[in-house]
Amino acid sequence: MGLLDYFRSRSSGTASAAVAKERLQILVAHERAERNRPDYLPRLQRELLEVVRKYVQVEEDAITVTMEEDGNREVLELNIVLPDDKEPKKARATRNPSPTGRG
Amino acid sequence: MARIIVVTSGKGGVGKTTTSAAFAMGLAMEGHRTAVIDFDVGLRNLDLVMGCERRVVYDFVNVINGEATLNQALIRDKRRDNLYILPASQTRDKESLSTEGVERVLNELSESFEYIVCDSPAGIERGATLAMYFADDALVVTNPEVSSVRDSDRMLGILASKSRRAELGVEPIKEYLLLTRYSPQRVKMGEMLSVDDVQEILSMHLLGVIPDSKSVLSASNAGTPVVLDEHSDAGQAYRDVVRRYLGEPVPHRFIEEEKKGLFSRLFRG
Repeated sequence: MGLLDYFRSRSSGTASAAVAKERLQILVAHERAERNRPDYLPRLQRELLEVVRKYVQVEEDAITVTMEEDGNREVLELNIVLPDDKEPKKARATRNPSPTGRG
Repeated sequence: MARIIVVTSGKGGVGKTTTSAAFAMGLAMEGHRTAVIDFDVGLRNLDLVMGCERRVVYDFVNVINGEATLNQALIRDKRRDNLYILPASQTRDKESLSTEGVERVLNELSESFEYIVCDSPAGIERGATLAMYFADDALVVTNPEVSSVRDSDRMLGILASKSRRAELGVEPIKEYLLLTRYSPQRVKMGEMLSVDDVQEILSMHLLGVIPDSKSVLSASNAGTPVVLDEHSDAGQAYRDVVRRYLGEPVPHRFIEEEKKGLFSRLFRG
């Protein structure tokens, strides 16, 4: 490395390797989680959605199914976001998003 | 029984063929009877890097199809008589490698060789998945660069799930990280991922670091595996890698920037 290169790289000294590392860590963690999840999860999610929709009208993305490893056991987590308990007959201007109705 | 080693990476151009040639030659130099197979059907290149391209008569697919015997297709290295090369076919028919055919050839080689090195093509298609399917060990060749590291991680997933060892539920393939084209200077400047960074992301056992070196290109220009060049840093690094693989406690080199005097630092281009 010549003298000129030395100063050039020092002046534009953005540590791009640190950025690369951070991006890779996030990406690899995400892809590994994806890889390790059983292949029936998307199907399970779709069928659950159909069942729930028989009783409650929920959005397409209201159900999430995740599988996580916790020590030596696997945890299947279902998360169903129900719509706000009742649609108000008249839209009230101020209304706190109710914590109930979310499970 | 031979030990089957796949040299893989997912990404192309990271140094799989260079590594296969150097590693196989290194094993032979350590006195082990070694065969190296090119799995890159349609894009044969190991013969060129090994310097035996003009001696190819029959190839891997000919043997699988029964058009030639294994002994007719194997090319004995001119420098080491315990090293043999099985070249890939130049056919464009990617389906010509069958699992059964590959298994038959590997079984036959296993009878007379100690090590079988499988040079995988890039990608995750048939040639690549077959090169790793029967492996006992995997050298995952990685450059300190985002796309290569990501692809290596992808290969780790495939090694863990789509190999014969995974399907039989026996001890999984041993995975070794080989970091190639490494530049300690650029790492020091914060321009390149460090060995520690890559190891932390992939959490793999580090087999060795091959420095970015001009000698790699000159070796392939000449058809001489770089490990034969005792004066080159890359050649020495490959020699270390082979010894480390064989169980010798060889300390890692070429990870730190070599100490240079002020003079060479100022005037070396």
